[in-house]
Amino acid sequence: MQKMPKRYYALFTLPTIIAFLLSFFIPFLLGIYLSFTKFTTVTDSQWVGFSNYIRAFSEDQNFLNAMIFTIKFALVSVVLINVFAFSLAVLLTRKIKGTNLFRTVFFMPNLIGGIVLGYIWQLIINGILINFGVDITYSANYGFWGLVVLMNWQMTGYMMVIYIAGIQGISPELIEAAKIDGANSWQVLKGVIIPMVMPAVTICTFLTVSNSFKLFDQNLALTAGAPARASSMLALDIFNTFYGRNGYEGVGQAKAVVFFLFVAIIVLLQLRLTRNQEVEN
Amino acid sequence: MNSKNRLQDSITFIFLFILAILFLSPILIVLMNSFKGRFFISDTPFAFPTTQTFVGMENYFSGIAKTGFIQAFGYSLFITVFSVGAIVLFTSMTAWCITRIKSKLSTFIYYFLVFSMIVPFQMVMFSMSKMANILHLDNPIGIIVLYLGFGAGLSVFVFSGFIKNIPHEIEEAATMDGCNPLQTFFLIVFPILKPITTTVAILNAMWIWNDYLLPYLVIGSNYKTIPIAVQYLQGGYGSRDMGAMMAMLILAIIPIIIFYLSLQQYIIKGVAAGAVKG
Repeated sequence: MQKMPKRYYALFTLPTIIAFLLSFFIPFLLGIYLSFTKFTTVTDSQWVGFSNYIRAFSEDQNFLNAMIFTIKFALVSVVLINVFAFSLAVLLTRKIKGTNLFRTVFFMPNLIGGIVLGYIWQLIINGILINFGVDITYSANYGFWGLVVLMNWQMTGYMMVIYIAGIQGISPELIEAAKIDGANSWQVLKGVIIPMVMPAVTICTFLTVSNSFKLFDQNLALTAGAPARASSMLALDIFNTFYGRNGYEGVGQAKAVVFFLFVAIIVLLQLRLTRNQEVEN
Repeated sequence: MNSKNRLQDSITFIFLFILAILFLSPILIVLMNSFKGRFFISDTPFAFPTTQTFVGMENYFSGIAKTGFIQAFGYSLFITVFSVGAIVLFTSMTAWCITRIKSKLSTFIYYFLVFSMIVPFQMVMFSMSKMANILHLDNPIGIIVLYLGFGAGLSVFVFSGFIKNIPHEIEEAATMDGCNPLQTFFLIVFPILKPITTTVAILNAMWIWNDYLLPYLVIGSNYKTIPIAVQYLQGGYGSRDMGAMMAMLILAIIPIIIFYLSLQQYIIKGVAAGAVKG
């Protein structure tokens, strides 16, 4: 169908577009504008140029610390989650007993919300740390590794499911052919399976990268940034800047714009990088 | 060769079995603690309840009373069901329309919506919640509009990927027979979309049910959803009731587990399909 009367085109697209404009796009534009102003509500804004951006970096180290913390966290968790998830996927496509049950169990934590996950792990990590006389708020390192463990528990099963679909999509003839040519299991894995699941790698890195950078609920529930703001990630730091004290709304919005550009650049770079590794089927 | 394989399989099985128990243990530990007195939890979370520490369902009763859990469950369910319904209905219509009618406008709408997927929520949270307030969308019905807007990017993306690969001859035949686009969509296309509709519904349900920040900012002071109710228990640091907290964590997890176990195959397939289409 190449044509549709205009009123039908409107009927099919307008409900979504209106909701999109109201909830996302107008607030998005407004957000960019507000980052250059001083405001407490959206109606009392005064233009201040780039001063919010300067204040975001110069008044304290919180934003910069949060950025470093977030980058470190994303690097560690993206690598660990994908390595674990891929390894589990390889084990679970070997047709051993109980595969379905294992898959069900490993995927389940993914359905639990970030706030609940945060408190579950707070209990467990504090329960271990109490033997050393401290708790998770004692050092940002504990918060860091706590978040890494939590994210692995939550996302490994999800990524595993995607890798399993990728591995099952490889035609068995291809693997047979490699074996007939004398390849051992390691060579099959390295020469056939890994190159053929590169599309799944692209998706999984995309999902883990963007989830790690945007992490908020888990961070809020597990440490709420403690000690002080040392375990705050970017999203939590921005939230605290906005709602923590009056007079910082503009700074919070400027941080949010920087955060957006930062996430957008990283995600686009990552997509380009992994897409280039994909092979044509 | 055969016995070596069997040995390998057994080792793999044992390894996965231990791992599965480790995966389940955090939830089991919380469950165990939910039956212990509030002062016996933080210090000894790995100890089983004893006659001294066991309090039966007390934590559940006090937790439900403190958080208004029953109401929270109602709000969460209402918002999730109707938002997912609205998203599935409207974004499938949009996706079909802009995929089938090839024009500059359609391409623009597609990228316009998909662009929102990479924007972090913090970028819009302040202006969005103020606008929701001005437009009177700050109630459990209005928030459905917000979820439709925020869910549009991913959902249109996933639907469009699927629609591109279904043949359009049937739709053309329907149009020849005198169906208008609405009839064509609802009688012919929508039923064909069923597998991908399941995917879109599951992905959005998982997100909306667990979403904390959006409802907290928009409706949180009057209507607490489950994640808000759980966070509400936190209170000032150190002063919180750990017993009630444990019980609420379990109550928050139970509906998810029931949902998961009853629709498991669809959820796992749906998640994989959504990712591959993405």
